[in-house]
Amino acid sequence: MEQHLRSDHHGLKQKKARGRKRLAPYGLTGPGVLWLAIFFLIPMGAMLVLSLETRIPTVGFRNSGYQFTWHIGEYSTAWAQAHVQFVRSLWYGAIVTIVTLLAGYPAAYWIAFKGGHHKTTYLFLMLLPFFVSFVIRSLAWQFILSDDGIVISNLERLHILPQGFHILSTSIAVIAGIAYNSLPFMVLPLYVSLEKIDRNVVEAARDLYATPGQVFRKVILPLSIPGIFAGFLLTFIPAVGDYVNNDILGGPNTTMIGNVIQRAFLNDQNYPLASSLSFILMVGLLIGILIYARVLGTRQIEEYI
Amino acid sequence: MDPTIDPAFVRGLTQRRFSRRDLIRYAGVGAGALSLSSILAACGVKSSGGAAGSESTAAFDWASQSLHHQLNFANWPYYIDVSHGTHPTLDTFTQKTGIQVNYKPVINDNQAFYAKLKPSLEQGKPTGWDIVVITNGAQLSELIDNGWLIPLDLSQLPNFTANASPTIKNPTYDPGNKYTVAWQSGFTGIAYSPRATAALGREPNSLNDLFDPSVAGHVGMMSDNTELGSIGLLKLGIEPSTSTPDNWTQAAAVLQKQKDDGIPRGYFDQGYINQLENGNTWITQAWSGDVFIAQQSGYPELKFIVPNEGVMFWHDNMMIPVGAANPLDALTYMNYVYDPQVAALMANYIWYITPVPAAKPIVATLPGGKAVASSPLVFPDQAMLDKTHQYYVYKGTSDLDQWNNTFDPIITG
Repeated sequence: MEQHLRSDHHGLKQKKARGRKRLAPYGLTGPGVLWLAIFFLIPMGAMLVLSLETRIPTVGFRNSGYQFTWHIGEYSTAWAQAHVQFVRSLWYGAIVTIVTLLAGYPAAYWIAFKGGHHKTTYLFLMLLPFFVSFVIRSLAWQFILSDDGIVISNLERLHILPQGFHILSTSIAVIAGIAYNSLPFMVLPLYVSLEKIDRNVVEAARDLYATPGQVFRKVILPLSIPGIFAGFLLTFIPAVGDYVNNDILGGPNTTMIGNVIQRAFLNDQNYPLASSLSFILMVGLLIGILIYARVLGTRQIEEYI
Repeated sequence: MDPTIDPAFVRGLTQRRFSRRDLIRYAGVGAGALSLSSILAACGVKSSGGAAGSESTAAFDWASQSLHHQLNFANWPYYIDVSHGTHPTLDTFTQKTGIQVNYKPVINDNQAFYAKLKPSLEQGKPTGWDIVVITNGAQLSELIDNGWLIPLDLSQLPNFTANASPTIKNPTYDPGNKYTVAWQSGFTGIAYSPRATAALGREPNSLNDLFDPSVAGHVGMMSDNTELGSIGLLKLGIEPSTSTPDNWTQAAAVLQKQKDDGIPRGYFDQGYINQLENGNTWITQAWSGDVFIAQQSGYPELKFIVPNEGVMFWHDNMMIPVGAANPLDALTYMNYVYDPQVAALMANYIWYITPVPAAKPIVATLPGGKAVASSPLVFPDQAMLDKTHQYYVYKGTSDLDQWNNTFDPIITG
């Protein structure tokens, strides 16, 4: 009887614990979900609504506000006005991602495998320039790379560059500016994934007479794919939406979609147009990323982002 | 300030290497959420502003106002006299009137600043400012049309009546100075470096030089579409203030061709002057005061000219937003800056066009003031004024949209 009671009591406890266990995931994801709802889903919905509104006709500049009219024409206007910039931004974003990957991988590799006791120091050094606001860093590049700046004018004097050469106001300047600013977002996830690789696995590959090249291609690179994936996300998405680097380093034919959206929102206060532009960009990126994630698989990735 | 030290020299040491307004402007990048909230507010608060019509403020009761000895003043950076970290004219004002001035150079961009004021004004809340300085243009028209400015009592501005330049009295954008009085004015013309002269084989003298293939890739145009469009109109010989949408299309075509020919280096905001200083551009659209400052701060080779076609004449204006806590203090200050002595001290620092012509002989007696007093860019003579053009005054939102849609594709293309 007593035993029965005790086991009953035990079962109750277990049930309670199981109940708590069942609720735990919701409790743990709650803040994240709430965050996404407040700062992503609701603004996204507001933007969608706004993009389908039209301005109420008014006298002069009197503030008449907007009314919801299901006016989808703004989307075709947006596409017609800015498809060049959309494509250009995706293109820039892709190049930036490749450049940062090529530049960041060796650095992350070196720190993870050869950093020894000073890994954190090297990482810190890597991040040090980024303690300065990225706007100021881009402005500094503008100053350094200007036509009469120390780099270009001296290289011209040494006849390494042709007279009248300039780098600012070109696509290269904008891509380089974004790539430079994105570097840590590529290096850090790469470093984490490389650092996590079990050194015994590498040892084993060597023991089996794999050449250094084979070790890298067959062991290290595949194991670091989650890092590449995370680095891609953290680099590509902000790069596509960037507008500051073009503002500071770009020229007449390097305008990115972010600049078009900024102008529509802040300068022209054409909220429906700006909203449709933003919405096209976000939905486009979202679809692209979902496909990408599907192809590369997301199970391991979650550990790295 | 030590009178033996050329104030221009000190400014050269202390002033921007980066564009003075750029840094603060981009500081907003991090605070993007802020602008988003104003956008959300804009879509959420529908037409509530319309209710506060201009009629309610037309009857502003100046007689019942009293001084609160407090003034919150929002202005543009480097737009008032500075000496040893203080503003002498503000200090004198406080001594004379007992009014403490909370002076903040927070305005970097008409549109962005207006976007910050707008949510408060729409909800009928005070903006926190007693005086703001905004350029004539769409934002000013919007403030006036929505009844968001307190009408001024000109009878309490005797200095304005006595000393204001005819160029800023009764302007087209605010007939009868009902809501605004000018702070400073300026010209939009052409600035160039000796390289432009070398490339062209002569001194630039015309807007056509901004379109000349021999300076291709080194021409600075402005990203402000009012400035850009106006230059396009002037080049075609069309008076911007009386232009029609058809004219705009013609001007846009000229500017588009300029771009297609690879002539502009870029479309710049306040940073245009750095582009010129750094040799990226050789010839550029420019604001008169900036070039004067650049000359005094290490770039004496830069020149500002009034092209044959003329210059655009703009005005930055003081105004009192509705809901201001201290309107009488604001009005007192507005009257104060139209005192020629005060205007002279400011003109000697700001180097744009002072609204008080009588300040000229006083400026000439100030340290470093001779060059300032003799500059037609600070004290324009009649010959200079004859070459000025007025901006198109947007009639309303749809009008402005049309202008934007005409010229924006060139800038963001």
